[in-house]
Amino acid sequence: MAKVELVVNGRAVKGEAEDRTLLVHFLRENLGLTGTHVGCDTSQCGTCIVHVDGRAVKSCTMLAAQASGSTVTTIEGLGLNGELHPLQAAFREHHALQCGFCTPGMLMSSADLIRRHPDGLDEATVRLELEGNICRCTGYHNIVKAVLDASEKMGKGAEKAA
Amino acid sequence: MGVEGIGARVLRKEDKRFITGKGKYTDDMVVPGMKHATFVRSPHAHARITGIDVDAAKAMSGVVAVLTGSELKADGIGNLICGWMIHSKDGTPMKMGAWSPLATDKVRYVGDAVAIVIADTKGEARDAAEAVEVSYEELPVVVNALDAMQQGAPEIHAEAPDNLIFDWDLGDEAATNAAFAKAAHVTSMDIVNNRLVPNAMEPRATLGVYDSGEDHYTCWTTSQNPHVARLVMSAFYNVAPENKLRVIAPDVGGGFGSKIYIYPEEITCLWASRKTGVPVKWVADRTESFLTDAHGRDHVTHAEIAFDSDHRILGLKVATIANLGAYMSLFSSCVPTYLYATLLSGQYAIPAIHANVKTVYTNTAPVDAYRGAGRPEATYVLERIMETAARELKISPAELRRKNFVKSFPHQTPVIMCYDAGDFDATLDAAMNAADYAGFENRRQEAAKRGKLRGIGMSCYIEACGLAPSSAVGSLGAGVGLWESAEVRVNAVGTIEILTGSHSHGQGHETTFAQLAAERFGVPIDSVSIVHGDTDKVQMGMGTYGSRSGAVGMSAIAKALDKVEAKAKKIAAHLLEADEADIEIKNGDVRVAGTDKSVPWFQVALAAYTAHNLPSGMEPGLKEGAFYDPSNFTFPGGCHICEVEIDPETGTTEIVQFVAADDFGNIINPMIVEGQVHGGLAQGIGQALLEATHYDASGQLLTASYMDYTMPRAVDLPSFTVTNTVTACPSNPLGVKGCGEAGAIGSPPAVINAVTDAISNNNLAMPATPQNVWAALQAAK
Ligand code: FES
Ligand code: FES
Repeated sequence: MAKVELVVNGRAVKGEAEDRTLLVHFLRENLGLTGTHVGCDTSQCGTCIVHVDGRAVKSCTMLAAQASGSTVTTIEGLGLNGELHPLQAAFREHHALQCGFCTPGMLMSSADLIRRHPDGLDEATVRLELEGNICRCTGYHNIVKAVLDASEKMGKGAEKAA
Repeated sequence: MGVEGIGARVLRKEDKRFITGKGKYTDDMVVPGMKHATFVRSPHAHARITGIDVDAAKAMSGVVAVLTGSELKADGIGNLICGWMIHSKDGTPMKMGAWSPLATDKVRYVGDAVAIVIADTKGEARDAAEAVEVSYEELPVVVNALDAMQQGAPEIHAEAPDNLIFDWDLGDEAATNAAFAKAAHVTSMDIVNNRLVPNAMEPRATLGVYDSGEDHYTCWTTSQNPHVARLVMSAFYNVAPENKLRVIAPDVGGGFGSKIYIYPEEITCLWASRKTGVPVKWVADRTESFLTDAHGRDHVTHAEIAFDSDHRILGLKVATIANLGAYMSLFSSCVPTYLYATLLSGQYAIPAIHANVKTVYTNTAPVDAYRGAGRPEATYVLERIMETAARELKISPAELRRKNFVKSFPHQTPVIMCYDAGDFDATLDAAMNAADYAGFENRRQEAAKRGKLRGIGMSCYIEACGLAPSSAVGSLGAGVGLWESAEVRVNAVGTIEILTGSHSHGQGHETTFAQLAAERFGVPIDSVSIVHGDTDKVQMGMGTYGSRSGAVGMSAIAKALDKVEAKAKKIAAHLLEADEADIEIKNGDVRVAGTDKSVPWFQVALAAYTAHNLPSGMEPGLKEGAFYDPSNFTFPGGCHICEVEIDPETGTTEIVQFVAADDFGNIINPMIVEGQVHGGLAQGIGQALLEATHYDASGQLLTASYMDYTMPRAVDLPSFTVTNTVTACPSNPLGVKGCGEAGAIGSPPAVINAVTDAISNNNLAMPATPQNVWAALQAAK
């Protein structure tokens, strides 16, 4: 068994997990944070994306023990003080989700994408950089619109807010 | 149109929980004492089981039980069935092989379940599953439908000699032959429709809970139709009587058909929960989804179309072989028959059509309905051959189509369907304008200067959704009725719950359905809640597939709203001392038309429940139910145009524009309809350019992960141009058609017509991967 100590969505948590436990399973099963999903077994779909120390990470590809000591933000912690994050608002505004299964990962990935491009984004970049996230429902059309809109609205402050 | 009524772009009510990570999917459910299941699956595509030794597995840490098919059979659990009877042309019934939820004697495809292991953790269940020793005697394997029909092919089911399930005919063969005899031109083609894996992003999952105190079962499951699941599990699989079985389909992460069917896993987990006394949860990993979710398509077709000297179609002949996989899945038989051959007339007036369909078993995953189900296959055949004919006849593909369009309605085709409404010129014109079709030649030349091959292709599709009416589908072999139910409950304070038998797994019912009540009573949609997906809460319903929730599900709601409105008006007339005929309901007020006499909506509701002052003889309450059985299918249709650029050096295709002009009848929420189109297009383009399902000769699925099966990603797709025209559907109260599958139906032929136009080689199979396109380019040199 491994000891796991994390700060998740601003709260310090401690737990024990089998050595082989993946971060995604630790979040879902030990912490009950079921907003992070599992959509594949080959690190291809991105439904499991969370932020580890501020960077988008596929939580199915990291052991919980490896993450110990890190600060983790999950979809449940993306909004600030009960307010929707601008990306969450944009996803709703642009109908960028249907079944919602890919959505948490898509949002966490997009937040990182906007943070990495504080000077703004274009369609081609968004499409290219969302390569690690699969959505079977939306055809991406509205996801791309939502990300571009959020990026614009977040403007130069993007780096901080994300 | 009110701000939140019919036709408004209302943002979705359900989004909040999904964007904040609060969605509740089956895998998110936790109940006290819950254990985890792993299925032991066959590594062989075809083998006799000569022994199963579970002792070592049972002894492992954390293991609660290891159960096999013989125990399941001993408890009377039944075999899986196909619920649609098809008769061969010689009158014999289809040959359905037995499908036990856990195989006992033989396995027939890689992934066939043999045993279930239940343990404290998922990891322990997996470890123990590895320790279950199954002895197999391998048998010869056949994966390809044509091979399965060869003499001496391995026999997969004793019930089906030569692996033939049925040999079915539709249309008038003699009349079609006579039409061909008069032809000035005949175009012939061999057409393959590639096998697809549906790949809803949420893998299938189930949690079975047996309560011994109540002798009651609860099944959480990733289902598109929980009531059908309950019915089938009760009536055919003997899991539990319906009144003792509650099926809950909570948030479901996409379905696309693959979650219609009742699979071995939910049956086995429910039974295992009773057997072991613990709640049993199973969640597929993606590899299991690839191996065991019902696949789609997989047709091989020879088609011929005959024209007179004026380019009018005289007749169409189609011979199709459909691979149904190792077992007949729940609706597998109706897909290549009544959902396929009945659509072969497309948008065209064709005097004579004959179709023959043979379905066969192979050692592959079962094949059933996947987004479009039969209609994409029909559209692909017809729209590829129309394009090809236009090229052979050297006339514009648009004009060849236009010349042959059905122009007056109702139109009876020679293949059962009677089209009720449409305007195919309108969708063709809309698409051609939006695509600047006329300017294409310039764009082609400009691309050529950059060394790119530019091509354009179109597809004019029709589809049939809202399978109906029940009496008709019953006479064609369906084992179920295809109506829908609704109950509208107005609470004492005027808020509303609508209980629907439809199920939303991404379609936005919680919003669209609420818009109907908002439109009717002028109440805010926030005061309208949609309840679905739980057999204990909602009356029997048929669920969501075949783009039926609008045309059938919403029609049931409209009928129930009619009844509520009628009763509310009676109450209001009584309260306002007015004539019932003068009462109107507007903006949340119930008023006497043309006067200032009114009573707020909530007071009418309150009066219904206090029952202090109701018309004499009226029952208290304001709650009405309705069942709606459509009188006909509805027929969405449209035109899709695809324009591509191909790099001749690499064979890489880029879609430079994609236009969809669709006629979905009246539209309740355009935002949601556009979203459905986008998603369907992505799946259709995925089929055309990217998605291939490969089994090797030994029956191993080579494309069983996202490393090997190419899912469309954002970078593979363009932004779409989506537009629509409207002819209202005359057969349902809202005039709506259906929009869920159109994108996946219309787009594949448009894409392949564009690619083959660009490369000047018509001999190209889906998916048009860079490799396939490059090879076709070399072949054309
Ligand atoms: S679960 Fe698919 S990438 Fe992590
Ligand atoms: S919204 Fe369903 S997978 Fe993206």
